[in-house]
Amino acid sequence: MRIRAEHLNYTYNPGTEFAVQALKDVSLTIEEGEFFGVVGHTGSGKSTFIQHLNGLILQPSAQKKYKPKKPKKGAPVPPPSLLHVGDFDLLDKKTDFRALRAKVGMVFQYPEHQLFAETVFDDVAFGLKNFAKEPLKGETVERAVKDALETVGLDYAAIKDRSPFDLSGGQKRRVAIAGVIVTRPEVLVLDEPAAGLDPLGKRELMSLLHRLHADWCKTVVFVSHDMDEVAQNCSRVAVFADGGVKYTLTPRELFSRFGDLEELGLELPAAAKVARLLHEKGIDIESDCTPDGFADAAAAYLSSLRKETPAQPRDGEGGQA
Amino acid sequence: MKDVTFGQYYPVDSFVHKCDPRMKILFLIGYLVAVFLSADFYGLAACAAVLVLCVAFSRVPVKSVLRSVKGVLFLIVFTAILNLLFYRGETTVVIADVPLRWWIFNITVEGIRFMIFVMCRIFMLVMISAVLTLTTTPVSLTDGLESLLTPLKWIRVPVHALALIMSIALRMIPTLMDEIERIMNAQRARGADFSHGGPVKRVKAIIPVLVPLLLSALRRAEELGDAMEARCYTGSRTRTRYKKLTFTWRDLLLALLLAALIAGVVLMNVYLPPIL
Repeated sequence: MRIRAEHLNYTYNPGTEFAVQALKDVSLTIEEGEFFGVVGHTGSGKSTFIQHLNGLILQPSAQKKYKPKKPKKGAPVPPPSLLHVGDFDLLDKKTDFRALRAKVGMVFQYPEHQLFAETVFDDVAFGLKNFAKEPLKGETVERAVKDALETVGLDYAAIKDRSPFDLSGGQKRRVAIAGVIVTRPEVLVLDEPAAGLDPLGKRELMSLLHRLHADWCKTVVFVSHDMDEVAQNCSRVAVFADGGVKYTLTPRELFSRFGDLEELGLELPAAAKVARLLHEKGIDIESDCTPDGFADAAAAYLSSLRKETPAQPRDGEGGQA
Repeated sequence: MKDVTFGQYYPVDSFVHKCDPRMKILFLIGYLVAVFLSADFYGLAACAAVLVLCVAFSRVPVKSVLRSVKGVLFLIVFTAILNLLFYRGETTVVIADVPLRWWIFNITVEGIRFMIFVMCRIFMLVMISAVLTLTTTPVSLTDGLESLLTPLKWIRVPVHALALIMSIALRMIPTLMDEIERIMNAQRARGADFSHGGPVKRVKAIIPVLVPLLLSALRRAEELGDAMEARCYTGSRTRTRYKKLTFTWRDLLLALLLAALIAGVVLMNVYLPPIL
């Protein structure tokens, strides 16, 4: 499902003294099949934006009580907003938002905090049963839960009857993710899925996301603070700042735009950091943003140097021999 | 969910805001006594005048103070109707030659007067309490209470611990509100539905929110306990305060006003002819 937003605005507590405009004229298109990254500071609007994607935050026009206002005469007419996820029009209050939520899975920060059921099986089956139009057969539920748990790398037979609260932190998170993907959403949105994990846990989680992207959910959108994570995994990245999308970049562009990123106070990917330090010393190396890519580019650069300046006999060496 | 505010502190700088919370609590108690001592409308008028003074010097918009009356509007109307119907008066009201008397109900002139009297009373009680909570932060309110309850310490009541429990509870309310919203969103994303279905279904729908919420509250409590212990908190007697409560001329003024009010009400009860 393609995600398309145009001129999207959103204000919390509108019309009160606590009003905060969280989104300002956001336009962004995420194609089907992308592994899309979203970066930005706390308060940059990225969370507000992704919560729009499955209707947890509704635009005023999508709320039940909404009545269109007549525009004031002489006031400038704002460009019309638009928010489509696949065929769902998220600005229309007639949209079936539950059907949308079944298609767009949302994994929140620290998803293990949402576990509640007595057994892992019940917890994973929760979403499945909620979205079912009619009561599901036992085998159907069992098969779906088994698939989901095995996909996130857990042993179904060993874990299904245990209490989710007895598991380790990493296992809990996997169970929570299984509880979201069990409905086979077409789009999977994750808010800092790797937060609080150790380096090994992070690597495992990223490879899990790639596995999900390959054969489970067509489109993956994920929010992260870790620029390396984004640079190494995403096909494109949207940089949020001050309620709007500042740039939409590929990892390669991310690498070359370090000045812009630093201006926004964002951490650079490690490879870009080294490249910038070299740039200050007068050496320019072009590469993508991954450590591997940078190592290759640097190696190529060094070997080209070696060819340009063939080894010269050092002074005095011959004399002593 | 976010707009559920607990404690309704209105942050401006004013005479009433600056008063010692202990004095404000005592003033509230004294004011309640004055309202209940008033046997007639004279006394109530005096109380109303003091109320107007309090609201004016608190610099809180009248609208915000009135908002708190909305919550007890039902109570006011309910007691008013009961008084109207059941007050044992003598002169039954007659409208178009029909006396308003039926079965056990009897609407009398005295009843109507008394109804107005009771409504004014409740209204003033609520208003003055609202002024207190609007001008005093929950924290300084508990500080004041703790200080006022010091005599109880002499009979070994753990006043300090109770006050601490109260201020931590108040502090945690907004945090838990945020938490509830987060958990509800997470479960809603998994298809949970909190707004449809019958009462049984709705109560059942709360479980997926309640369990994680309790767990996180316990986790937070444990963390807070550890943090306090790490800083050697024991709640001992030698503990000093960062914010010391002090009595100033403002509080003296408030005390004088209160004394004048109570004395005035008593005198009016004795010397002025009754209306009721």
